[in-house]
Amino acid sequence: MAGPADTDLVPHSPEEGVRDRSGLYSTARYVGARLGGSLVSLFAVIVTSFFLFRIIPGDPVDAMTHGRPVSIEQKQQLRREFGLDDPLYQQFLDYLWGVVRLDFGQSFQFSRPVTELIGERLWPTLLLVGTAVAISALIGLTLGVNGAWRHGSTSDRVNTGLALTLWSVPSFWLGLILIVVFSSTLGWFPTSGMRTEGVSGWEAVPDVAHHMVLPVVTLVAVLYAQYLMIMRSSLLDEMGSDYIVTARAKGLRDALVRRRHAVPNALLPTVTLIFVNLGFVVFGSVLVETIFSWPGLGQLFYSGLNVPDLPLVQGLFVFFSAAVILMNLLADLLYPVIDPRVRP
Amino acid sequence: MTAPETISTSSPRRLTWARRRRSAAQFWQQYRRNRGGMFGLVVLLLFVATALLAPWIVGQDALSVTRPPGAPLQGPSQAFLLGTDRSGRSVLDLIIWGSRVSLTVGFWATFISITFGALLGIAAGHFHGWISTVIMRVTDWFLVMPSLVLGVALAAVLGRSLTTIIIAIGVTAWPTTARLVRAQTLAVEARPYIERAHALGGGHWHVMSRHVLPNVMPIVLAQTTLMVGTAILTESTFAFLGLGDPTTASWGGTIQAARDVGAVSARMWWYILPPGIAIVLVVLAFTLCGRAIEGVLNPKLRERRS
Amino acid sequence: MTDSTVLEVDDLSVTYRSGSGEVPAVRGVSFGIAAGEKLGLAGESGCGKSTMALAMLRLLPKSARMTGRILFDGDDVLDMTWGRLRAVRWAGASIVFQGAMHSLNAVQRIGTQIAEPMYLHEKVTESEAQRRVGELLEQVGLPTRRADAFPHELSGGQRQRVMIAMALACNPSLIIADEPTTALDVMIQAQILTLIESLVSEHGIALLMISHDLSVLADTCDRLAIMYAGRIVEEGPSQRVFTSPNHPYSAALSTAFPTIGDPASRRNPGGLAGDPPDPADLPTGCAFHPRCPSRLEHCSSVVPELWPAGDDTRAACVLTLSDQGRSLASTTKETV
Repeated sequence: MAGPADTDLVPHSPEEGVRDRSGLYSTARYVGARLGGSLVSLFAVIVTSFFLFRIIPGDPVDAMTHGRPVSIEQKQQLRREFGLDDPLYQQFLDYLWGVVRLDFGQSFQFSRPVTELIGERLWPTLLLVGTAVAISALIGLTLGVNGAWRHGSTSDRVNTGLALTLWSVPSFWLGLILIVVFSSTLGWFPTSGMRTEGVSGWEAVPDVAHHMVLPVVTLVAVLYAQYLMIMRSSLLDEMGSDYIVTARAKGLRDALVRRRHAVPNALLPTVTLIFVNLGFVVFGSVLVETIFSWPGLGQLFYSGLNVPDLPLVQGLFVFFSAAVILMNLLADLLYPVIDPRVRP
Repeated sequence: MTAPETISTSSPRRLTWARRRRSAAQFWQQYRRNRGGMFGLVVLLLFVATALLAPWIVGQDALSVTRPPGAPLQGPSQAFLLGTDRSGRSVLDLIIWGSRVSLTVGFWATFISITFGALLGIAAGHFHGWISTVIMRVTDWFLVMPSLVLGVALAAVLGRSLTTIIIAIGVTAWPTTARLVRAQTLAVEARPYIERAHALGGGHWHVMSRHVLPNVMPIVLAQTTLMVGTAILTESTFAFLGLGDPTTASWGGTIQAARDVGAVSARMWWYILPPGIAIVLVVLAFTLCGRAIEGVLNPKLRERRS
Repeated sequence: MTDSTVLEVDDLSVTYRSGSGEVPAVRGVSFGIAAGEKLGLAGESGCGKSTMALAMLRLLPKSARMTGRILFDGDDVLDMTWGRLRAVRWAGASIVFQGAMHSLNAVQRIGTQIAEPMYLHEKVTESEAQRRVGELLEQVGLPTRRADAFPHELSGGQRQRVMIAMALACNPSLIIADEPTTALDVMIQAQILTLIESLVSEHGIALLMISHDLSVLADTCDRLAIMYAGRIVEEGPSQRVFTSPNHPYSAALSTAFPTIGDPASRRNPGGLAGDPPDPADLPTGCAFHPRCPSRLEHCSSVVPELWPAGDDTRAACVLTLSDQGRSLASTTKETV
């Protein structure tokens, strides 16, 4: 980054007011550009979601009425209802107008509005993913900081090795193994679901927590490695920097050099990455939710795939992508606030 | 080894080769010091050997569903070290055969995605203006879309087969490489000698192929190795979701089959455990190799101050 | 040395352990700086001068092994407990690092960074620290309100001024300036040098200035020490060493910077062929002999020591032992 011209030693008071106003202007421009970019991405996703699922073979009406005795007339009635006989551009415009109103149509499978289903299943997913990310970030960042600070030590090598191994584990397989060991064999935790039938009120809290243990452990195991590696390498980068030598020369003890200088600097890019990652994690829970029959968006998506439940899968596709776009946007907007170096 | 005199009198081409041989030897010298990298390499070679020799170790008929060699779902025994699957085939044979599937998918998917990613990344870094903007927009677009869904849709269109999985992974995995390569290209092009090459009349193609590509290759190499691991992991996921060819014995497919027949509640560990361990080992091996290569090529990572 | 000696370095050696064995960076260096005195340490890159700066406060990486003594106000830095060493750091001796962009924490306001050592060493109140930060910024020629700025909002020269203000924060008795002007353009260089010189004189602070630029050091410092391959090869009063060097290396260094307006130096640009030796594989005898224009036959076997060369000067060259040394400066120019 180029600093201001090198010769200005005169305090530039007259310019300062101008600078502030132009600062406000450039901030507005920055926010505007990010917002615009996100909207373009979102539009691209919506268009993709429409055409992508048109090309999937299989008649939705057949899928919808599967297993029920329906006449040809009834089927045609349904086709008209869903607009499947309209020309493609008409269907696309209808779809767009629906998306704008947050209306993704009726799920074939559940015969309920997709938006309603998503709203219902969102909370279990947020609970599961939120808990897992919080725990992974805590473990990953702590171990990453320690690893970088004592890099090359035995504990660092063991931690890095373990993290890389767990990162290589397919989450669905780990989930199955955990079920075999802790549910089928030891009987410590329930195999599936989110709550026990008939438990309500305050008693539901420990019950849900009990159901959550295995899926959360599975997610944490495959997630924390990334956070560890990012934090570790980011801190290693910072530790080689000159300002760390300055801090040590000032007489700070090592713990303070780390806490006050190295870690905050290393944390900035790391937190941003975790944030961006959050959008993907929501989708990444598909496998874990499926394995543990967790009643969230992931499981909903999996069940929609198998039918195939076109409006449902379409809606979830847009939702998952929008989550990633939103997280990216938030990270872009937040980063300049927490890191003065990239202020517009 | 060539004697120094021969080198000095030989053609420029041979000089170049001598230099390459030397730097390869140097590379190996440093790579050897990385214990994780050596472990990964050994594991990798074992799996590659297994995959290549699988037809002789196992034989095609051992995988027949119609005339299986044993009774279904038997525990480990002398004849079947890891028991049998739901059709009565040896799980061990399935694992051995599965290494072919995993490595094939891993290599081809990586080849596709790295080629795409490297070419688009270099182009986006080299050209400015609208070409770069368009490429990066498309990259971002691919980045935000859940790759699994794209894969699912592709699989639905193209039918269930290995090729489908390869294409699905290859097409969805390139954006990360493109971003990485673009950043490296920008860094390389900022160096003074690129300006000199331009000034001497070097065209786009000359600059990209002679100056940018050789400097970007190391990063691409490390990325490739890491990518194979990821691709194998994705392949197992696709197979587990039932997108693979049901007739090929892939590791992810085997886990899915085990789950389907209730191996989880019946605690048939010999059915579930081995394919997963195979996946972990291969993916870990590629990751370790990739990191070791990265470490050798990027001295900054190696020579950290304490 | 007298009672007023602030820093006395005695036979200091620094060796780095690396994968391929031990690499000596500094080999038996001795010098002293009295209160208010300004000593310049010159040499090419890789001669061990930056290692020296870090060694003074034991800031070298763990792979470095140090022997000898570094007496700071009579206490040996190499023997100090960590607690005592931390107290000496910045409060006793502070450092102005090269390339101030990276030596400042990019995400902290400069006021915070200047005040940090005050809180650490003097337990000042917040208002007191703020007042002193303002004073220091004014002393280095920056407006007080720049305390709220982040490093990247300042120019290179301004950042170097911040580094100087930071170095003065705890009224140290010694300031070590490691290439303080290298990254700056010539105009700013002169301003910064004048600033450093006036501030250390004003506060009676001893200065150890390290640079590859002999002319910069000769202008600023009272005495000069020339380093080559981890050793001091010549030491004496600045003008004496700069204008009539005894060691062929000093001679080459001083001619490497042409005197503006002197046609002789334009026609015959100085400088030295070849590169500094690899510290892991030093030449035998005098380390300089492979590049030396006035080398004698026994230079590859005799290790020269710092012999008196007249006028309060010492030089590590066999030529100083004979009369040939007197006419060295002129002969060097012809042979290069």
